[in-house]
Amino acid sequence: MPGPVQAAGGRQQPVAPAVPGADGRFGRFGGRMMPEALMAALDELTTAWREAMADPAFTGEFERMLHEYAGVPSLLYDATKLSEHAGARILLKREDLNHTGAHKIRNVLGQALLTKRMGKTRVIAETGAGQHGVASATAAAYLGLDCVVYMGEVDTERQALNVARMHLLGAEVVAVRSGSRTLKDAINEAIRDWVSTVDHTAYLFGTAAGPHPFPSMVRDFCRGIGDEARAQCLELTGSLPDAAVACVGGGSNAIGLFTAFVGDESVQLVGCEAGGDGVDTMRHAATIYAHEFGVLHGARTFVLQDEDGQTRESHSISAGLDYPGVGPEHAYLAESGRASYRPVSDTEAMDAFALLSRTEGIIPAIESAHAVAGALQLAEEQPGSTILVNLSGRGDKDMGTAVEWFGLGETAPDDDAGAPPA
Amino acid sequence: MSTRDAFAAARAEGRAALVGYLPAGFPDVPGAVEAMRTMVEHGCDVIEVGLPYSDPVMDGPTIQAAAQQALDGGVRTADVVRTVEAVAATGVPTVVMTYWNPVERYGVDRFARDLANAGGAGLITPDLVPDEADGWVAAADEHGLDKVFLVAPSSTRARLARTTGACRGFVYATAVMGVTGARESSSDLAGPLVARVREVSDLPVGVGLGVSDGRQAAEVASFADGVIVGSAFVRRLLDAGADRAAGLAALADLTRDLADGVRRG
Repeated sequence: MPGPVQAAGGRQQPVAPAVPGADGRFGRFGGRMMPEALMAALDELTTAWREAMADPAFTGEFERMLHEYAGVPSLLYDATKLSEHAGARILLKREDLNHTGAHKIRNVLGQALLTKRMGKTRVIAETGAGQHGVASATAAAYLGLDCVVYMGEVDTERQALNVARMHLLGAEVVAVRSGSRTLKDAINEAIRDWVSTVDHTAYLFGTAAGPHPFPSMVRDFCRGIGDEARAQCLELTGSLPDAAVACVGGGSNAIGLFTAFVGDESVQLVGCEAGGDGVDTMRHAATIYAHEFGVLHGARTFVLQDEDGQTRESHSISAGLDYPGVGPEHAYLAESGRASYRPVSDTEAMDAFALLSRTEGIIPAIESAHAVAGALQLAEEQPGSTILVNLSGRGDKDMGTAVEWFGLGETAPDDDAGAPPA
Repeated sequence: MSTRDAFAAARAEGRAALVGYLPAGFPDVPGAVEAMRTMVEHGCDVIEVGLPYSDPVMDGPTIQAAAQQALDGGVRTADVVRTVEAVAATGVPTVVMTYWNPVERYGVDRFARDLANAGGAGLITPDLVPDEADGWVAAADEHGLDKVFLVAPSSTRARLARTTGACRGFVYATAVMGVTGARESSSDLAGPLVARVREVSDLPVGVGLGVSDGRQAAEVASFADGVIVGSAFVRRLLDAGADRAAGLAALADLTRDLADGVRRG
């Protein structure tokens, strides 16, 4: 039954990672590479977040909202038909069934509730394809906050429906025309806004990246994914999974899944990055694979960059993974060897997208299809194992891409002229 | 030569120092050198050479546009070092203003060494606070370079003490809570910030963000040791477009106006 989940065996309370330290560093990653003007606000936010997480009134309200409003805890689904195809038992954590259709509602509800607690009245957010923007606008509408979403001009054109959703929810959408006019430039513009408005505005950062405390705070708001899935898996199968798999752009859904299992040495943690056209081309977003240390958006981490340290444009068929940086904790987990990361190409992801749709009747977000593809690879490498996959979002938003990729929407050649489309 | 010497020389004349900024490679590498020399010739006491960066979160639209033009023109980090060398040869202290990743990528020690060899005075680091700057502090100390960190109206007293304690040369006080760009009216946050800096530091204080003409320069010069101007210079070159001579003439006019302002303050 739904409700707060209790582990059926094993440890009752999964161990939290020992990082970051008070300075927000995960080994050589993380920290605060930000203008001095924001340091006081980041300190204030860190204090408020720590106090809130220790206050049962806050955590209780957060859980109530997640449960009553967002549909959490999400199901753990035993995907028997996909498993049969794959040759391993695949369990899907159904974050696609949450309100607004992805894990992201957890993060925005947490941050928006913290904003209210801090007495601020306005939130800003960046968005790529529009998912975090829609989630932020939703949380702002639900909690009565003003909301401004920064979105690259290129993305506002590609994702006009999400712009309309945000407008309907009462948010203002600003089309960002600087730089490459995509997600990274939307983040730049949101930071510029925040430097000017920090006394009354909170920045709802969309992923587990950025300056301290965002990587840890976003992790904490998303870690229910793994905590629930761990308990659900124990209840369903009587043991822990052999592997936990998630897609990684900035890395919020993956860190939300991994955190519960970091202390479980038997559980492999596998992140799937966007391999785009292939990691041997320049057109990918596999930041950890590329392994170039640098600074982006407030943290030391791996960054896609040129010889002079200028950020390179990333590429992925999935807008949610199309980011040239990665959360510092993932960089740390990769370097320490606790988690492994592998690139999944556009083609592999779209094959998995189609396979899950056909075998299980579940259309995943293309982001999440990268994780499914990674799980299929693992199944081949380790037949008979149990693989937990975070199905981080649903695919309704991706139908335009799917239509184009698969050439969908045409009726079969032998259909009558008046028949409904197949 | 440290920027501190330029501030001391200005103080000896009973005035504030004028610090002028332009990005390297804008409108192109030789064009930027010529523009900065023009600014020196007409009264800038310190030159800030901007290192164009793909993600300049502290810059408003004017400097973003110039940096983008420089990057589109193919400017490289090595060009920035060469620009410093050409400008420092005029005799004014020349510092680089840079976001941190390009320095990290070039190699912090290598950058410090090459900058020092080029005659550069040091670095201004808008997205590097002393808390994160161990490597840079060590390299700067080894090569005798100025370390100019920023303070802001939101900085607590403890942070002001820590940040100014890590500075050498001067302290860069941001006059407003916001990004670079010319503003019509002067900030009422700058004066109190400078006063708070003086409680914890003996270093000269330069005030930047928003100063665009001689009148504003005079106002700032009445309470600060230096007046820092960037976007207004960039704007003159952007407005002149392909007419390089007109751009340089406009830069000269603005520099004279500002130089007059820092003497009235």
